[in-house]
Amino acid sequence: MSADNKPASSRAGMKKQLPEKFINYKHVWVFVELERGEVHPVSWELLGEGRKLADKLGVQLAGVVMGPPAATTRAAVEGSYRYGADTVYLMEDPLLTDYRNEPFTKAMTDLVNTYQPEILLLGATTLGRDLAGSVATTLATGLTADCTELAIDDEGSLAATRPTFGGSLLCTIHTLNFRPQMATIRPRVMAMPEAKDGEVSGGLIEVPLNMKEDDVITKILDFIADNTTNKAQLAYADVVVAGGMGLGKPENFKLVKDLAEVLGAEYGGSRPLVQKGWIDSDRQIGQTGKTIRPKLYIAAGISGAIQHRVGVEGADLILAINTDPNAPIMDFAHLAIIGDAMTILPALTEAFRKRLSVNRMAG
Amino acid sequence: MTEKFDAIVVGAGPSGNAAAYTMAKAGLKVLQIERGEYPGSKNVQGAILYADALEKIIPDFREDAPLERHIIEQRLWMLDDQSYMGTHYRSDKFNEERPNRYTIIRAQIDKWFSKKVKEAGALVICETTVTDLLKDAAGKVIGVRTDRENGDIFADVVVLCDGVNSLLAQRAGFRAELKPEHVALAVKEMHFLPRDVIDERFNVKGEEGVVIEIAGTVTSGMVGTAFIYTNGESLAVGIGCLVSDFKKTGETPYALLERFKNHPSIAPLLKGSEVKEYAAHLIPEGGYKAIPKVYGDGWMICGDAGQFVNALHREGSNMAMTTGRLAAETVMALKEAGKPMTDANLAAYRRSLEESFVIKDLKKYKDLPEFLHKNTQFFSDYPNLLSKAAETWFRVDGIDKKTKEGQMVRGFVKARGWRGLLGDAVKLARAWR
Amino acid sequence: MHIVVCIKQVPDSAQIRVHPVTNTIMRQGVPTIINPYDLFSLEEALRLRDAFGGKVTVLTMGPPMAEDSLRKALGIGADDAVLLTDRFFAGSDTLATSFALATAIQKIMETEPVDMVFAGKQTIDGDTAQVGPGICCRLGMQQLTYVQKVESVDPAKREIVVHRRSEGGVQVLKTSLPCMITMLEGTNQIRYGTMDDMFRAARADVRVWSAAAAGIEDMTRCGLRGSPTVVKKVFAPKARAQKARPVDGEGAEALAAAAIEAIFASQPKLESDLLKQSAGY
Ligand SMILES: Cc1cc2nc3c(=O)[nH]c(=O)nc-3n(C[C@H](O)[C@H](O)[C@H](O)COP(=O)(O)OP(=O)(O)OC[C@H]3O[C@@H](n4cnc5c(N)ncnc54)[C@H](O)[C@@H]3O)c2cc1C
Ligand SMILES: Cc1cc2nc3c(=O)[nH]c(=O)nc-3n(C[C@H](O)[C@H](O)[C@H](O)COP(=O)(O)OP(=O)(O)OC[C@H]3O[C@@H](n4cnc5c(N)ncnc54)[C@H](O)[C@@H]3O)c2cc1C
Ligand SMILES: Nc1ncnc2c1ncn2[C@@H]1O[C@H](COP(=O)(O)O)[C@@H](O)[C@H]1O
Repeated sequence: MSADNKPASSRAGMKKQLPEKFINYKHVWVFVELERGEVHPVSWELLGEGRKLADKLGVQLAGVVMGPPAATTRAAVEGSYRYGADTVYLMEDPLLTDYRNEPFTKAMTDLVNTYQPEILLLGATTLGRDLAGSVATTLATGLTADCTELAIDDEGSLAATRPTFGGSLLCTIHTLNFRPQMATIRPRVMAMPEAKDGEVSGGLIEVPLNMKEDDVITKILDFIADNTTNKAQLAYADVVVAGGMGLGKPENFKLVKDLAEVLGAEYGGSRPLVQKGWIDSDRQIGQTGKTIRPKLYIAAGISGAIQHRVGVEGADLILAINTDPNAPIMDFAHLAIIGDAMTILPALTEAFRKRLSVNRMAG
Repeated sequence: MTEKFDAIVVGAGPSGNAAAYTMAKAGLKVLQIERGEYPGSKNVQGAILYADALEKIIPDFREDAPLERHIIEQRLWMLDDQSYMGTHYRSDKFNEERPNRYTIIRAQIDKWFSKKVKEAGALVICETTVTDLLKDAAGKVIGVRTDRENGDIFADVVVLCDGVNSLLAQRAGFRAELKPEHVALAVKEMHFLPRDVIDERFNVKGEEGVVIEIAGTVTSGMVGTAFIYTNGESLAVGIGCLVSDFKKTGETPYALLERFKNHPSIAPLLKGSEVKEYAAHLIPEGGYKAIPKVYGDGWMICGDAGQFVNALHREGSNMAMTTGRLAAETVMALKEAGKPMTDANLAAYRRSLEESFVIKDLKKYKDLPEFLHKNTQFFSDYPNLLSKAAETWFRVDGIDKKTKEGQMVRGFVKARGWRGLLGDAVKLARAWR
Repeated sequence: MHIVVCIKQVPDSAQIRVHPVTNTIMRQGVPTIINPYDLFSLEEALRLRDAFGGKVTVLTMGPPMAEDSLRKALGIGADDAVLLTDRFFAGSDTLATSFALATAIQKIMETEPVDMVFAGKQTIDGDTAQVGPGICCRLGMQQLTYVQKVESVDPAKREIVVHRRSEGGVQVLKTSLPCMITMLEGTNQIRYGTMDDMFRAARADVRVWSAAAAGIEDMTRCGLRGSPTVVKKVFAPKARAQKARPVDGEGAEALAAAAIEAIFASQPKLESDLLKQSAGY
């Protein structure tokens, strides 16, 4: 057995020694997720974050748009410029109408191999994760999933930070000697950047897909769109009211819904409520549920376990309602009402109702 | 399922593992059924292991058993609301080659023991609950029913090692329902601390450990005790009282534990720890008089299910292992002699129990449970009196020692009366005898 | 139909503790479980086997004690089990893990063809959702992630139709076997094996393969060596400097009023936004 064939131990102290073949890999890319004519907002959030990384490295920021030849695809290109891309790599092909792993993986793999970016960011959505997993394999490079923070270290490598062990710890992961350095980031973890007004433009590199429908084995038979009226839109709500086990029994959850209604807010809850069937799983907030970033988050009877915390930390203002002044949520909430949610919630609902209706009449 | 076994052991606690191991090792065809996800998963963590009982089953257990620390120091504390008074016994002799007592984590020890059981050749099935005993027309136990499809399994003898509740024995009519005054409810937490912090706080090094057994006003006059055991990287902290007392006083075990942890003498020992694994469990404390009939046609009872616990010395797992082993040996002897597992033949189990420390010890303290139950002053007045006396004695305040002695004695007399004091002493001695 | 299900033994993350001083994971006494997401995939595989015949092989890569999780899967109803264990695998990231698992599946295929591979949606320790796609990509199978329903399988035509969750709805996809599927959570309920399953599991011979036995020749593609990602730092989330400010007041009404004042004082724009919204703009 050669020395090379021994198991290695830890490598935390490992230094960057980029192999020759990767020296020319340059620029930051963001995959612009276009599904059924709409761009997932996470792509704009990533362009905002990618801009910072590109500036730090002194390189360009590019959006990667894949879609059918259509106005919506061109709109995604324009949107990319609007949210900060210098350049857009565009693949237009009818094969790219609906997301399918095979053509998208080929498209992305070809683009990367040809144009050689150093960083590639994707949203941690069902589409982004599906694609990132295969592309990292075809490119045989490192991929860090579900990052909460991205930075460039002293050696110019991407330092991707993500929760580990159920959120009790964070770890920073580098892809030192492989390119591109890939990361996925969940929606709402990064702030939405300001969109540029007026005319926007930038570089456009159009690349053909070189694939025929017959080459694609998986076929789309149908698409059943979600009935959006009933679906929770937690991730993008401005105000979210949530309840936890402190509510005691399922009937009391109505107090949360009442307050949400007065505020025109979305409602949600902690994981045990989902497990007990008090609320639907798409209303779970936290590490294994939704990440939210509202202007106001009201959490009633939620202790603030680390797995919940990581999903709400991006909120501008957090109001905790809890009987326990030492509950962990007090460590990251901004305001607190120490009291019984069963009386506080109705009082808040009433007070907000009055305030908003009085002022409305006055206004 | 047409397969038949020599013996089925219900439960994979210390008693079940001892029984299954001993029989399997002797070549019997043994099936052990455990309801938990794995052996130990249902068991309250952090406890004392008495080496002797295990050594008799697996002589070289020290080689690979997951032991936490061996005990070199025993503390007995009497607590009132602000203070404790206690004795400590520490000896370097306990740093011997084959230490006598260890702290252990039940989940790990049970798992390890279970591995030995499997290696000895028993078939171990977890995540399966025995719901009933199967009997033939004459009432002899011939197997068990489980909660799984195709779940009836047959054996010559069924050894019930299913713990304090033993619903099976109750359902089969082998045992009465537990009486609230015969069973304590203990709650317990694991407090995780780095090893070096524990070493420092408890004045130990390496594998050395400390046990603190505590009684006093923390139990609000209820019959009960608290404890702290040092594991490698955690402390087992718990408190327990008789269920009947909880019923009477309306206290909750959790509130009691909180109060205990916040006691000024206890809190510093726990400071900064991360608490995990809150658990509650029953301990049979009825003593000798509560022991049911432990054998019959085709069945035997071992461990907690048979009330084999010495509450005063906090010995349970050793009795469980010993009863499990003795039951196994009874079966082996009958098999060897080609005799059936009848009531008359299995009576040999009870005889070997009588000859062992199990019954001897439980007999010795047979009056203690009742005594403590009726004399709660030992959990209220006495801790306060002792503490007051000690405080008086140690405070240097210009009062002469003779006067202080007088004060101390008067304190006791006032609270209990001369007669009461004398009576308590006599009663205690009698119950102890 | 031969289905391979990849399962991983993970520490029950609800019980993980972090050393308060050194910020390292304290594993002592932390029980391990089968990654909960994998059970949805296992159940789906068992249903397909029950419907179409064939067998389910469970596969895991991990330390020797990971055998427990395989045995558990056998007790639930799987037919065969392979444990991939070797010190060369230590420290594998998702790329190295999917390489090892894909190679092992190829080895399995040498004796018995494989029609489908199931993996969990993601693990609760790694949480990356990468290993399934990684395996699939190496085996050149069709990739079906986030499946919420297997609509139909036609073994003769070797076709499968599934419902796959995407962001804005559900895709109905038709593809050919062999394919790799990851199931969405909550889509089925894991069964409770029969007593016969339990006996079989307790007595089964789990096949234990080293890297070499699995047909891996290039050890540099395994373990830390074969992992492009490097964990540089592990640390605890930092506490915010300030704790929540409790609002003052006696009784629910006063507290609510004080809270609303405080909210609008710190978020002035919020009030006008809410007003616009409640006025129906
Ligand atoms: C792998 C993993 C992933 C997880 N993912 C998530 C996740 O995504 N999201 C999530 O939320 N959790 C998640 N959890 C669970 C998490 O660890 C906590 O268990 C959970 O968040 C606790 O929910 P809770 O705050 O509602 O309940 P509890 O922790 O029981 O807290 C109840 C709170 O209510 C307070 N209270 C009681 N009575 C009242 C009253 N009358 N009025 C006001 N307050 C009162 C109490 O003081 C307490 O603080 C995850 C756990 C694991 C292991
Ligand atoms: C807080 C506390 C501290 C203690 N400290 C000590 C100590 O320091 N030292 C000491 O020696 N003793 C101690 N004990 C006592 C000791 O734990 C018990 O005496 C001992 O565990 C009894 O063993 P057992 O095998 O009889 O029962 P258990 O350990 O209770 O095992 C019974 C097993 O049977 C299983 N089971 C039950 N019903 C069924 C069924 N129907 N089908 C299948 N399986 C079933 C259960 O899941 C369980 O695993 C303590 C007890 C408590 C509660
Ligand atoms: N070591 C492993 N052994 C077997 N399967 C694994 C292993 N690691 C991951 N998997 C499978 O890949 C899925 C996704 O894992 P992950 O990418 O870590 O989130 C899991 O749910 C498993 O099905």
